[in-house]
Formats: sequence, structure tokens, C-alpha cells
Amino acid sequence: MAVNRIRGAFAAPRKGETFELRAGLVSQYAYERKESIQKTIMAMTLGKDVSALFPDVLKNIATADLDQKKLVYLYLMNYAKTHPDLCILAVNTFVQDSEDPNPLVRALAIRTMGCIRVDKMVDYMEEPLRKTLRDESPYVRKTAAICVAKLFDLNPAMCIENGFIETLQEMIGDPNPMVVANSVQALAEISETAPETRALLVTPAVLKKLLMAMNECTEWGRITILTVLADYVALDVKESEHICERVIPQFQHVNPSVVLAAVKVVFIHMKSINPELVRSYLKKMAPPLVTLVASQPEVQYVALRNIDLLLQAKPDILSKELRVFFCKYNDPPYVKMQKLEIMVRIANEKNYEQLLSELKEYALEVDMDFVRRAIKAIGQVAIKIEDASAKCVQALEDLLATKVNYVVQEVVVVIKDILRKYPGYEGVIPSLCNYIDELDEANARGSLIWIVGEYAEKISNAEEILEGFVDTFSEEFTQTQLQILTAVVKLFLKKPSGAQSLVQKVLQEATTNSDNPDIRDRAYVYWRLLSGDLEVAKNIVLSHKPTILTTMTSLPATLLEQLLSELSTLASVYHKPPEAFVGKGRFGADEIQRAAIQEQRQNAAENPIAASVAAAAANGSSSVSQSNIENLLDIDFDGAAPASQEQSSAAGTPDRMASPATGGMADMMSMFDAPSASGAPAAAPAGGMNDLMNGFEGLNFGAANGSQPLPAGMQLHGGGSEPKKDSDDLLGLL
Amino acid sequence: MASAIFFLDLKGKTLLARNYRGDIPMSAVEKFPVLLSEAEEESSAVPPCFSHEGINYLYIRHNNLYLLALTKRNTNAAGILLFLHKVVEVFTEYFKALEEESIRDNFVVIYELLDEMMDFGYPQTTESKILQEYITQESHKLEIQARPPIAVTNAVSWRSEGIRYRKNEVFLDVVESLNLLVSANGNVLRSEILGAIKMKCYLSGMPELRLGLNDKVMFETTGRSTRGKAIEMEDVKFHQCVRLSRFENDRTISFIPPDGEFELMSYRLNTQVKPLIWVECLVESHSGSRIEYMLKARAQFKRRSTANNVEIIVPVPDDADSPRFRTNVGSVHYAPEQSAIVWKIKQFGGNKEFLMRAELGLPSVRGDDEHGGGMTGGFGGSMGGIGGKGAKRPIQVKFEIPYFTTSGIQVRYLKITEPKLQYPSLPWVRYITQSGDIAVRLPDVA
Repeated sequence: MAVNRIRGAFAAPRKGETFELRAGLVSQYAYERKESIQKTIMAMTLGKDVSALFPDVLKNIATADLDQKKLVYLYLMNYAKTHPDLCILAVNTFVQDSEDPNPLVRALAIRTMGCIRVDKMVDYMEEPLRKTLRDESPYVRKTAAICVAKLFDLNPAMCIENGFIETLQEMIGDPNPMVVANSVQALAEISETAPETRALLVTPAVLKKLLMAMNECTEWGRITILTVLADYVALDVKESEHICERVIPQFQHVNPSVVLAAVKVVFIHMKSINPELVRSYLKKMAPPLVTLVASQPEVQYVALRNIDLLLQAKPDILSKELRVFFCKYNDPPYVKMQKLEIMVRIANEKNYEQLLSELKEYALEVDMDFVRRAIKAIGQVAIKIEDASAKCVQALEDLLATKVNYVVQEVVVVIKDILRKYPGYEGVIPSLCNYIDELDEANARGSLIWIVGEYAEKISNAEEILEGFVDTFSEEFTQTQLQILTAVVKLFLKKPSGAQSLVQKVLQEATTNSDNPDIRDRAYVYWRLLSGDLEVAKNIVLSHKPTILTTMTSLPATLLEQLLSELSTLASVYHKPPEAFVGKGRFGADEIQRAAIQEQRQNAAENPIAASVAAAAANGSSSVSQSNIENLLDIDFDGAAPASQEQSSAAGTPDRMASPATGGMADMMSMFDAPSASGAPAAAPAGGMNDLMNGFEGLNFGAANGSQPLPAGMQLHGGGSEPKKDSDDLLGLL
Repeated sequence: MASAIFFLDLKGKTLLARNYRGDIPMSAVEKFPVLLSEAEEESSAVPPCFSHEGINYLYIRHNNLYLLALTKRNTNAAGILLFLHKVVEVFTEYFKALEEESIRDNFVVIYELLDEMMDFGYPQTTESKILQEYITQESHKLEIQARPPIAVTNAVSWRSEGIRYRKNEVFLDVVESLNLLVSANGNVLRSEILGAIKMKCYLSGMPELRLGLNDKVMFETTGRSTRGKAIEMEDVKFHQCVRLSRFENDRTISFIPPDGEFELMSYRLNTQVKPLIWVECLVESHSGSRIEYMLKARAQFKRRSTANNVEIIVPVPDDADSPRFRTNVGSVHYAPEQSAIVWKIKQFGGNKEFLMRAELGLPSVRGDDEHGGGMTGGFGGSMGGIGGKGAKRPIQVKFEIPYFTTSGIQVRYLKITEPKLQYPSLPWVRYITQSGDIAVRLPDVA
């Protein structure tokens, strides 16, 4: 009763905004009605719920005033879902409008019908759509073409039964280029969502039409057609050549997105073409690519990410263009970072000096992330180009002198990598050791300790240094603790006399006082090893390590191949395969995702933690980004994906002692006992991968050298852990 | 393909939205400001597109607005971001400026435009001249209902038919802007000429135009002997009216122009150019309490040319005070809002050289090594030891030199034929060189 009364009170308030609007909407004066419609739309725009006015707005649908009609249609599109039954009242007007003498009205009607996503409306779409597809006005036809895609999205069966797909296929031959482009676009979408329809079949005849229309249609139409051409598999070399020849003029288009689409087509189709021609195509491609770097920063970013991919496939296409990628002081940070990435890729024997002087300049900027990246780049250049290494090391030493905390830390990490390639640069070690107290990041501390362990015999006070770390062992990061263990053991093996008590102390500490199984395990392994034959221990711990080849991240060949066929799409920007962030298929992951979103929003209201967990479970890899979009830039493949996930969770933990999961990660990274190279998150997983690969090489080596200790290691872990885990830990021994 | 487009204020509140596909919950936009600020905490380099829970966010910033597109699919990112820029361009032409206010005041037209510019997430017509023909801010009267201009879907989608002028004229402006990066010791690190040919076209009917330039590649392909200098354009971009395949074949620039003003083409040259206005700077610090700048500017072009409105902007520490200047030409003022001193010279003759001296006081509390090139960074003191050098803002130079191009590009001819009307017409050509982005790195403080 009471509830009824309250509802009654709310149903038709006698005053207030809604009441006023309603009064206006049913006014006898046309101008008042129009004004009220405008006000209603205004309220809608401001986010107010004006769905209660649905019937009253609907009364105004039959009008000759085009503006008013558009507004009513807009209202309908927004609120149709709230009053699905009432929508039927609008059908009549829509059908009438689709036969209006004015093409603008006809197009408006068919466009809006497709946007009212209510079953009742869909049922009545058939006739108007059929008519408008054959309309005399190309403006109406191009609108109707897109409407077929809308209909397919809502009711595929109806779309197929009525032969709309066939009609679209015929429309590829339309004399009007924009109609062609939209038909192709609609067909492309239909065959993407439902490949079984085989909606877009490119035959030689169709190909000819596409190439014709491409030169005449709008920039957006060109992108559509170019995208289709890129996906098309040419029958023979000649056809590929023909496509390239026809597409290359598009390099001169003013729209960067058209240029990228054209680059994509040529890059894909030139695979089968003879190398001579390919060279000339690549030469033509370079200047437009460079020009892309002058476009709007956001577009530039997409272009730079794509250029990065192109350079991984064809490293020398831009080798003369280094200067173009110099950072401008007012470039947005995301552009600067990407430019650095590309400059290192372009670097060669001829231009490294130029690059180095530029990098030194960047290393003195204030943006911390940028400075770190620049320092890292110096290291990458040193490792990439042997001739450059001396100058790079000198530059890094100069940077140490700035004494800026984060600069010093990054330099330590970078020098560690350089020593892994050129062990000869040990001259810098003393100056590094001056900054031990400055280092407060796990990575930097770990790097320094690794260096100390590696060069223990040459550093006179190595013992003293390590002793300092052992004293504070329990307060260190997990990653650092693992490094301390290894370094102390190395020291002991190299200088047994002085380090006996130290090694005892650290092993004692690690085995009894540590909560972390990885640290305990490693300590036990070392202990066991050292209590046996010391020569065997030396063979394992001090074994020769293969030199690293590069610290640059590069994508695995198959992924790169896939991404090159996705140029200018989001996948090529994220450097991730599309499966990693979108669901495919009509009822596949897409639908699940939708459900997940729904569910999650419900959950979120009750329990935010449960919600995020649910998201992680439902979305799989796509939700790596849970709290950290940066991860998108990560390369997501094989073992590296979970690793990066763990890392991101670690980033969230404020404690110095990271969770066991992260310990595992650190362990994996350091399995071949070089500290992980994870300065920027983007580089981390690949770095890990690198180490993993190298680690396997190391495994072979170890196995060949001393097969005895292997079973011992196995015994240690006999109890239950998976074989994979075993081999990981074994690698950690090396 | 975009599922929805949003206009947000800087706090992330939706000002206006258009849902094109209905396949993404519109509430996803609420996450955007949160995600953005989370990302900003992580790193200073937040990319313009990211993905969260299966939804991709692509955005650009313009004035006090974010334009955001959402999509679920692996969309053409360059296309969408560019479309957002196009939206800005079109709206700016419609409303003079695109900002929060203009969105609120023009929502009706904006909805109409969004409807025409994109359908089901696919960009359609983004040519503002054509849009203006059938979407106007004045209401349509009952009698004369607007109709779609033929041009919307025409092969010549940029020009309407039936244009008439009493006097048929074409104005060509060849504008070159010079981008330079010069190191502190005076080496040119990077130089680039970005040129553009802008047209103002007042021609009747459907005229066919052909433009001839002193293009080296064309001279070579046609085997013509070069009279005078020919230039080698690195990369050329054309307005969509130019027939690209024709240019690819024989380097002929042929087109039916849009009516009114537009940019016909742009080109890029990577040739080494010497800075037209050479700036040398010496910075001296006096016991940490005063800082002195000595500037020498020299015009390195021919005597008969003159650079107009020259501005040399020198960054100074942002807490500098009590400025004093001395110069033999132009005027100098201190612009604390951009932490710089600005030296303005109305006319700078070729081969001339001018000097300027500026002296600024510095607050006494700072450490010795802390007055670097410019403002000390935005990073807080918590990082310890930061700001030793400061953000190295460069000296910027701005100018304009009429009747002069750096590259030596020349318009050889502009042929105009209108097969039906066959009128006489007059082409006018002007040349001008402007400063683009000219940055001279500041030397270390002596």
C-alpha cells in the first residue's frame, strides 16, 4: 500500500524538470515542442535519466523538421532499450522516412533503424533496407551498406536469409567509390565475426574493382580497401607485384593512417617478389616512414611502434635516418621512450658517435624514466657495437660522477650487462664500489654484488664489501639475497682462506632464518656442494658463462611475423598478438568477456578484491593489466607472461620482502646467476627469456662438465616438486 | 573501428558521448581517469592507447578536453587516433575553438556531426567544407530542407558542382618552415625543411589544374635539361585531390582543387641547412647570486632579404628575479610565466649581427651546482639529489622571411583548364620561409 502510494507520488510529479519537459513535449505549439526536445537531449547529454519521457518524445517523431527529427531519432537510439515495446510505434515513421524524397531523410532513417538494437525494430528492417540498398542516391546506398553490418550484428540469420550479403557483394561493383568502400567494410566485418559466411571473397574481378576504387575514394575508404588488400593472398608473384605497384602511390597520401596501411600491404605482398624489386620498394618506403614521425604525437606513437616492428624484420631500412629520431625537448614522454628504442635499433658502426653524444645529453635531463632509459640505451649500444663499447663505458663513468642517485643505480645495472659481454672492462669496478651505500634498489644492489662475486679475486676488499651485505642479509630484497649467497660462495671458492667464516655465516642465516623457500633451497644446495669436493663445486659455480649477445628486446620470429601483418592495429602498438587482448568469434571469448564485465560490475559493488580476482580468472591473459597497464607493453609469450604478471604484483607490494611468487621470478631471472635486466618493465620478460635461453646453454655446459652433482641436486628436491622446478633450481646453481 | 566516442573534461567527467555500436558498457568510461592516473604513477610515459579488461582506450588531449574512443577489437589504432584529430579539426572550424564550453553550447550540432562523420564505428565524411554544406548551425526551414551535397559521395568528394566566380583567381603560397637542432657548441645536429604549398582557389566549375615545380626527379625522368636549380624532395604528401598514380608515373601534379583555402601538398627535405639566424650564447654565473647571458645573433642569409618578427627566447632559472638587459637593437623583456627572456627584433636584415646582454638575480639559498639551463624539474625533493642539472630547455628562435625559400623550390607553371567554361584565370605565387621548431641547446654555466 505504502509502496504503491510512494510509487504513485513519483510516477507523475506535478512539478520539476521532467514535468516541465513533458508539458513542453505535448504542447500545441511546434516551437515549444522543439525546444523541449532540445532540452530533453541536453538533459540526456548531462547524464540525467530522461527515459521516462519516452512516449512523449516519440509523439514528435513525425515531423518535417529535419533537426527535430534527428534529435528524436537520437533520443530513440539512446533509450530504445528501456521501452522496447513502444519502439514499434516508431516503425511506421521509419518506414515512411526511408521512402522520403529527400535522400538525407532516407539515409537518416535507415542509419537510425540499424542503431535501435531492439528485436521488434529488427523485424521491420528488411523492406526498408532492401530498398535503400538499391537507392538511386549513393549517399543512401553507402549508409545502407553499413546498415547490413549492423543487421548482421543483431540478427545474422535474417541477414543471410534475405540475401543482403549477396547484395553487398554485388555492390563492390557500384560506380560510386564510397559505396564500394562501405560495402567492403561491411563485408569485412561480417567475415571477421563469422568467417563461415565467406562474405568477402576477393576474386581477380573484385581485386580489380578494389584497386580502381582505392584511387578515388576518401581517405577512410582507402584504409578499408588497403586493409582488405593486405589480408588478400595473391595467386602468384605477378599479382603481388601488381598490387604493390598500385599501392605504392598511396605512400604520398597526406593521411598517415593511409600511409601505414599502404606500407602494410607492400610489406606483406613483397615477400614473394624478387629481391631487386623488394629493395626498390623498401627504398621508397623509407621517406614516408620518416615523415610519419612528424605527425600528431599520438599517431606518431603508433607509427614509432610500427617502425620498431619493421626494423626488427628489416634492420637497415632506416639506417641513414638516425637524426630524425632525435628527441625534441617537448616531445611527450611516450614518444621519447619509443624514439630511444628505435635509435638503438638503427645504431651502427657509422653513426654510433652521433647517437652517443645525443644519449649523453638525454642522460642529463630531469625526467627520471627517460634518463634511465637513455642510460640503458648507452649500454645497449655498447653491447651491440663492439667498437663503441670503450666510448660508452667512458660515458657511463662520466655519468657516475654526477652522483645523481637514480643515474648511479642505472649505470651499475648497465655496466653489469656490459661486463657480461666484455669482461675486460673491469677498470670501472673500483669507481662503482664507491657508491655501494647509494644503491637502494634490488636490481642495482644485485648487480653490484654480482660484479663483486664475479671479480672477487681482483677486488682486494671484496670480503669487506660482502661482509657488509651479509650483516644486513635479513633486511635485503629477495633478489639481492640470492645474489649475496652466490657472490659469497664465489668469493669462498676463489679465496678460500679469508671467506670461510663468511660463507658459514651466510649459509647459516639463509637456511635457518629465511622464510623464503627459494633462498633456503639455494643455500642448502650450496652447502651440500661445498661440503663435497671443492673442485666439483668450482666447476659448477665458477663455470664459464656464455657472453650475452644483446640486451635489446626483440620479439620471437613467429610473433613478429604475425604482428607485421597487423601493422597500425592495436596489436602492433601493444606488440602483443590480438588474442591476448580481444576475444574472437561471435559466441567465444567475446561473449564470456561481456559476461565477465557484467559480473564484475556486480561484484565490484560488494567486494572489490573478489572482483579483481574474478576478472583475472575470466579474462585470462588480457587481465594481466589488472592494475598495471604498463604490462601491455610487455611481450606476452610462453613462460614470460606469468613472469611479468608476478612482477606486476610485486610492484604492488610495499614490503621489502617480496612474496614467494616474486622470489620464484627473481630466481628464474637469476638462474644463470646474473641479476635480471629489468630496468624498464617492458624489457623484463624478454630479458628473462634471454637468460632462460642462455640458461639452457649453461645447463648443457654444466651437464657435460660435471654430471655427478646433478643427481645430488635431484635428491634434494625429490619430495614432490615438479621436474620443471627442479631443472630451474639446478640452473640456479650454475 | 570505434565502439563509442567520448568528450571528457580533464577530471574525466563525460561531457558528451556517442555510442556507435552498443557492444561496450558505457560505464567503462568511468575507469578511464582511474586507469590514466594509475598509469601516470607507474611511469611518466603513458601511451595514448591502452587496454583494460578487454576494452581498449584510445585518447588524445585537446585544450581542456580528452577525446576518447573505446573499442573491443584489434582496431586500426592509427586510424582511430587520426579520426579523433579530425574531429578536433572539424569542430574547431565549426565552433572557432573546441573546449568544454563549446561542447556544452553546441551539443545539437555535435550530435549531428558525429552522426555524419562516423557510422557504426567507421569514419565516413570528415571534410569540414562538405559537412558545412548540409549541417549548419541555423535551423533548416520547412520549405528548403537540406540535401546531401553530391560531393559527399562523389569521386571528387571535396568539391561541389556549380561553383561560379566572376574573377577566376588562384593564390599559391609556398611556405617553408625550418626545423633545427643545434648543440651547445654550435654543431647542427639535425636540420629539416618542411615545406607546404597552400592554395586559395577561386575558380568556377570543375577546373583541371596542373602544377609544375623544379623537381629534380621529374627533370631526370623526363630527361629535360635543367635550367637553374632543381630540388630533390625527400617525401611528398598530397591533398586527397591530387592523382597519386599520375604523380607516381610521371611526377605530374594534376588535380581538381577544392574550393577556397586548402593545403595542396607538403614536402620534406633533409638537406643540411645552416641556421638562417645563428645564435650564440654564453652563460656566466657570478658566485651563485647573479646569472648573466650574453647573446649574439647573426643573420646568415643574403643582404636583400629581411627576417621579420624575430624572437629569441632564452630559458632562465624559474626563480630568477630583477632582470636587467642591454642590447643595440630590438626590445628585451622577462617572461616569468615561461621562465624565459624574450628578445624581439622587428626587422633583421641579411648579414647583420646583433648583441644582447641580460643579467638576472638568483635567490641566495640555492646550492652552487643547481642553476642549470632552465627550470629545475617537477620531481619533488624526495628523490634526493635530483635537479642537479635541470630540464635542458633550449633557446628557441622564431622568424619569418618573405620572398625567400631555403630549399630553392620554384613554381614553374600552374595550368588551369576548365573544359566547359574555358575562362582566363590568374595564378599568383608567393614564397615565405618561417621558423619551425628551432632549438639551440644552452651551454653549461661557466
